[in-house]
Amino acid sequence: MTAKRIIPCLDIANGTVVKGNQYRALTPIGDPLKLVRRYEQDGADEIILLDILATPDAQTPMTDLIRLLTPSTFIPICVGGGIRSLDDVHALMDAGTDKVAICSAALENPALITTIAKQYGSQCVVVSIDAKQDTTRKTWLCFSHGGRTNTGIDVLTWAQEAEARGAGEILLNSIDADGTGKGYDIKLLKAVSTRVHIPVIASSGAGTLAHIRDAFSVGHADAVLIAGMLHRRETTIQAIKQFLLEEGVTVRC
Amino acid sequence: MLVIINYNLGNLKSIQNMIRKIGFESKITNNIEEIRGATKLILPGVGAFDNGMHNLKELGLISVLEKEILENKKPILGICLGMQLLTKKSEEGTLSGLGFIDAETKLFKLENTYKIPHMGWNTAKPIKKSKLFSEMENQENRFYFVHSYYVDCSNTDDILTVTKYGTEFVSMFEHENIIGAQFHPEKSHKFGMQLLKNFLENY
Repeated sequence: MTAKRIIPCLDIANGTVVKGNQYRALTPIGDPLKLVRRYEQDGADEIILLDILATPDAQTPMTDLIRLLTPSTFIPICVGGGIRSLDDVHALMDAGTDKVAICSAALENPALITTIAKQYGSQCVVVSIDAKQDTTRKTWLCFSHGGRTNTGIDVLTWAQEAEARGAGEILLNSIDADGTGKGYDIKLLKAVSTRVHIPVIASSGAGTLAHIRDAFSVGHADAVLIAGMLHRRETTIQAIKQFLLEEGVTVRC
Repeated sequence: MLVIINYNLGNLKSIQNMIRKIGFESKITNNIEEIRGATKLILPGVGAFDNGMHNLKELGLISVLEKEILENKKPILGICLGMQLLTKKSEEGTLSGLGFIDAETKLFKLENTYKIPHMGWNTAKPIKKSKLFSEMENQENRFYFVHSYYVDCSNTDDILTVTKYGTEFVSMFEHENIIGAQFHPEKSHKFGMQLLKNFLENY
């Protein structure tokens, strides 16, 4: 049985780890190298680093930072932010990245998903979705450019298209739940994970250990992204895994 | 010197990084003389089977690998696609594999509830004694997997570990000097590090 994954997420702005609140109000957290080291020691199953300003500010991906990180990191590393072309992916892979997360560029140019999957395999392509409930509260819409632009594209339709085009995983963010600590958007999570056949990573809103359990047991997530709870030292990955084990969720110890 | 064979597929530096962390030197190369001079070999790889065989052929590496592995019995560790290339053929492609092990590579055919690729941390349970699992016998060893195809060994004696994912498949084989691992030791933190250390020190 494959273990459910606990993935710390480092949002990066100008080389520093930050924590946002519904994609605004960035609080500095610390040095990415130190945080990756801490979380790897603590039992992280993977690390995701997202440069949250790269796309809005039209910068290139943070290849230099990744190059510093990879020689001493021995778990999979996924990098997102500012990836627009196969060349950007080449540069990140050459720096030692294992997977890339694409969001805005995939929405603008869905063929990019297939291009990357053909070159590096589907396991390398994580399609990141920034979802926000629409005003009728009936469905969710995809936002791009760090949550700034409403594309009007339906999240469920897009998740299925991303899979069909070769995505290996879906990273599902909720703009509504982000930074609230009130739990993942379980309805959204369940809707997406029951529609696709690729792993879905739950993101945004974790505040308690029970929220994390619910993402797996109710939302059918394959992995969870955790940021604030770990950054603020409210808990540790070891403590999360111990709790999940007691609740009957398979994790790597 | 351990040689990591560079045939232009996959993330080779991460293997070298882990080997360095363990305290050994290695060389990433496709130079035939350097491969001849190697004490042991790692065949890494992420990607498609035919691309892998095509690149090995283009680089003129097939005959040197046959000589060093089959005649000179140098230890070789194939990782992920590298493991699959050691088999005779794959359902992923049309080209013949290296055929150093009596096995074939097959596509997972699983119930709909199992997602493919098989991705994430899974256990590999040894079913025979091996120096690769020194100091790892009394624990549950979880490794990082990411693959859609798996190796089916003709001789059960060759099977070193099995892993459950919808079905039970061969996650490692070991036949004399020829070893394959479907998972990525270089991404498997402490478990992967101990396994690579055992390969470096005990073979």
